[in-house]
Amino acid sequence: MTVMTDKKHTTENLSMKAGNQENAKKVVYDTKDLNLWYGEGHALKNINLAINENEVTAIIGPSGCGKSTYIKTLNRMVELVPSVKISGEILYRGRNILEKGYQVEDLRTSVGMVFQKPNPFPKSIYENIAYGPKIHGIRDKKILDEIVEKSLRGAAIWDEVKDRLNQNAYGLSGGQQQRICIARALAIEPDVILMDEPTSALDPISTLKVEELVQELKKDFSIIIVTHNMQQAARISDKTAFFLNGEVIEFAETDKIFSNPSDKRTEDYITGRFG
Amino acid sequence: MVVRGKFEEDLKTLHEKLLELGNFAVQALDQSLEALENKDIELALKILEDDADANIMEEEINDFAILLIAKQQPVAVDLRRLIVAIKIATDIERMADFAVNIAKSTIRIGQEPLVKPIEHIKQMHKLSVEMLKLSLEAYNEEDLNKAKQVAQMDDQVDDLYGQTIKELLSLAQSKPEQLAQITQLSFISRYLERAADHVTNIAENVFYLVKGKRYDLNQ
Repeated sequence: MTVMTDKKHTTENLSMKAGNQENAKKVVYDTKDLNLWYGEGHALKNINLAINENEVTAIIGPSGCGKSTYIKTLNRMVELVPSVKISGEILYRGRNILEKGYQVEDLRTSVGMVFQKPNPFPKSIYENIAYGPKIHGIRDKKILDEIVEKSLRGAAIWDEVKDRLNQNAYGLSGGQQQRICIARALAIEPDVILMDEPTSALDPISTLKVEELVQELKKDFSIIIVTHNMQQAARISDKTAFFLNGEVIEFAETDKIFSNPSDKRTEDYITGRFG
Repeated sequence: MVVRGKFEEDLKTLHEKLLELGNFAVQALDQSLEALENKDIELALKILEDDADANIMEEEINDFAILLIAKQQPVAVDLRRLIVAIKIATDIERMADFAVNIAKSTIRIGQEPLVKPIEHIKQMHKLSVEMLKLSLEAYNEEDLNKAKQVAQMDDQVDDLYGQTIKELLSLAQSKPEQLAQITQLSFISRYLERAADHVTNIAENVFYLVKGKRYDLNQ
């Protein structure tokens, strides 16, 4: 008799373990039934995502799928777009950031953001990093020095710039500038770092440096990264959400998404058959 | 719309190369029985000589698959397609080796008359070759029913192997002077039984390709 045994016991045990670990992890952002319209355009449709702390969550999907819109709702930057309408809830550490009276300034102190193109201020390297802490009221030069060094070390660029902290950040290469921007985000000691295509303007080596850095940073921060580079999502993230036409098609362990996704549309996208 | 046209084409080429290797193994196995039945030493020697082609084909498949992995960074089912092609190529090449082993046994038996009719061996051979053909169809069509059938046929081969060995062992006692030939016939039975196991691996790989999970059909 042929017995059809599913040899998944090993993988099942593993995934159960992952599940248990997951239970131990806290949710940093819990999005519930989020809908967003730009005028008449329904850009995000019933988004439900629970994002864990100390993990890298990648958001992938073709252009116009809503991934950048979504990440911008997480620090409410999306409100800068006129005619935007939002319904649903985004709980950050248990509190709905969309509710009336929520201080967006508080949110942005906890949630840093790194953008596609490096955008350092036209100031010295030192001032770029010290800027945030200064506006948060830190004046003590010694403390500021410490923050600058710690942030630059955290962004893996200290050794490259420590001898020229007073030079203009514009003089750095693109990859260095991006790490300065990451250091600037770290300087306010955030809880979460949002990254919107942080390496798409960088060369391959700088890209790998930023990727390494993300791996390091997740020990202390929760990272949500939008990326067009699927291999990057596969390399660096713990979980991956696949967005399509404003919906989350699949949200799962990155290992699962890139080895055996549940949804045909996810498979078609990651194997490059559309998008 | 097919975005990765070149990659799709390359996958197809790989697929065809694998089927070509499969057909080669079918032919080699057929020839090996023909040589045994007809005591055709010349044909047996030809099998030995031709086997180099199977090795070259296997290497080509592996190299091509590795190149595609390096250049295309495939994921999910695409990656499985390439890994599975490498694994199936190994199994098929091994089957061609069994044809070589049978041919070598045939050469060792030489022109001596056979101690007994080789009905069971012929049946095992027929089943193994049918299994191989069916497994290639299962791979080609990604047909899990066919893959399952292959596994069921393997049970028949195992039964036949048990019977054959039993008979040959009792024959060894009654005709000890024929021990050399009996040993060769036992080897041949063993090669065929192993060949069927390798086909079952191919069937398992078809399951893995389609489902993305591992199944043990060799039970």
